Amino acid sequence: MTAEPIIRVDHVAQRFGARTIFRDVSFTVDSGEVFVILGGSGCGKSTLMKQLIGLLTPNTGRIEIFGRAITGPLGEAALRDVQPRLGVMFQSGALFGSMSLLENVMLPLEMFTDLPPEGREAVARVKLGLVGLGDAAALMPAEISGGMARRAGIARAMALDPPLLLLDEPSAGLDPITSAGLDRLILDLRQDLGATFVVVTHELASILAIADRCIMLDRAAYPDAGGMIAEGDPRALRDTSTQPTVRAFFRRELPVAAAA
Amino acid sequence: MTDAASLTIQQRDGRVVMAFAGRLESASIGALWHTAIRAAEHAHGQALVFDLGAVSFSDVGGASLLAAVEAAHGDAAELVGAQERVTALLLRARQATRARPRGEVAPRITVRDVITAAFGLLAASIAFIGEAAVAIVRLPARRRMLRVPDLLRYIDQAGVRSLPLIVLLGYLIGLILAFQSAIPMRRFGADIFVANLVAISLVRELGPLLAAVILAGRTGSAFAAEIGTMKVNEEVDALMTMGLDPMTMLVLPRIIAAMLVMPVMTMALDIAGMLGMATVMRGFGFPLVTIARQVQNWVAAGDLYGGLFKAMCFGVAVAAIGCRAGLGTGVGPRAVGLSTTAAVVGGIVATIALDGVFALIFYRLDL
Repeated sequence: MTAEPIIRVDHVAQRFGARTIFRDVSFTVDSGEVFVILGGSGCGKSTLMKQLIGLLTPNTGRIEIFGRAITGPLGEAALRDVQPRLGVMFQSGALFGSMSLLENVMLPLEMFTDLPPEGREAVARVKLGLVGLGDAAALMPAEISGGMARRAGIARAMALDPPLLLLDEPSAGLDPITSAGLDRLILDLRQDLGATFVVVTHELASILAIADRCIMLDRAAYPDAGGMIAEGDPRALRDTSTQPTVRAFFRRELPVAAAA
Repeated sequence: MTDAASLTIQQRDGRVVMAFAGRLESASIGALWHTAIRAAEHAHGQALVFDLGAVSFSDVGGASLLAAVEAAHGDAAELVGAQERVTALLLRARQATRARPRGEVAPRITVRDVITAAFGLLAASIAFIGEAAVAIVRLPARRRMLRVPDLLRYIDQAGVRSLPLIVLLGYLIGLILAFQSAIPMRRFGADIFVANLVAISLVRELGPLLAAVILAGRTGSAFAAEIGTMKVNEEVDALMTMGLDPMTMLVLPRIIAAMLVMPVMTMALDIAGMLGMATVMRGFGFPLVTIARQVQNWVAAGDLYGGLFKAMCFGVAVAAIGCRAGLGTGVGPRAVGLSTTAAVVGGIVATIALDGVFALIFYRLDL
């Protein structure tokens, strides 16, 4: 709808002490797109995600979400304005252990809408139904499996129908069928809600199934730091990329240097 | 873009027409909810029509409202002028609402459940004592599992680090006790006996008791939280699958540490308390020699040993209850809090109950 990108990341870097996780990361995410951040373990995918949702402030660079800069002097205020329009699913769900799944999903509705209690419950039940947990609403997070917890995490992330959903490793450690179900869910939600998705993952099948566009991070992009090594349509990257790490990633083989 | 959601309800040819307009979003439909549901309940038996021609946007919240209205009415509504996307969302919401909830009915708790739970707790506690005993018997063969650095760490945590607190508390208790009793006793010219009173009550009763209460609050709770968190993180299960006995690895070193530090803590508390008492007595004009002589003549070594022995037993009880609470932790973060509370309460109650038993035994044995 709007020409303005939903997320604009401009030359962002993150250091912890003397160690530079990545630098010079730049990309944009357009409305209605499923954008995947991929890369091997320890390349800074989750760190980048934390920057996008404002849990970490990048050492240098600029991040804009919905056209508002969440870094810089007015970042805090912008972040507070933007946050209700973000849905975030953390690794393994991060459900509140003292509440049932239904209460977990109802919490944001209680805080940010004026729905009556039965209205909140009805909306929350629909959200749980959308992720296939309609019959598990009364269960506690401790009583459900990892896949269910992730789906409940997605239900809670979409409680307020945010136009932008960020999912951190939604399918890590899940069986292929459950994982495929999650991919299907993401595509359905994108179609029905018109929502934009940013997904952090390293599941190859999942990337090829859902991603419109992706960037790939690598911890050895620069001699002294990690960074971006590829950007584009993952299927095109798989077929045509000449970058050794990208090729190795998509073919599930060891990079030349590591194999030698 | 920001046209608010609105609803008009009309009767048309025997059908109830609900005309929604504007943006149906979670944030904006709160005001409509009750009206819509009530109208739908009212329209029971009549056909229901949703006129969605003027709806510019709907999110899942809006679709949920429509589905809830249909559920309240009892029948699906006829859609008029709905955008394709809104229809799709409503279909999904209908599907989601149809899923039958399971396990929603909270079971009623009966007296029988309470009694069963109480016996279960008793049985678990007896089993714990038994397992601890077995662990002690098997210790020679499993010496490797009782890690000395761990033991030293617990001694440091339970004893050395609580020493400042013990000394401060003991000093203040001695001070207060001496001052409070000196004033009435002075009227009878008996203020020199304040030294006896404070010394005997500290050595026999207050020293061990206060030290145990501090142990329960400071260390018993920490034991429960540590082991409880390990339980929640499946670390205890990991130990067991490695063939390592949690009793020997986690519980015994903590109990031994508590047993070892308690007499020392009690001794420190006794001495600090007597210094507090001496401070007051000095203020009343008694020379230190007189106070010391008074204590020496009236407090027998048996009083001290009895007190220290009691302290040791209290230490074992508090540590064991703390560890037991930790190992009994359920699932989730709330469970850790519950077991910590159980550890402190259980530790203090057990200490006082044990103290009563000791009073009886010491009386019978003429100690």
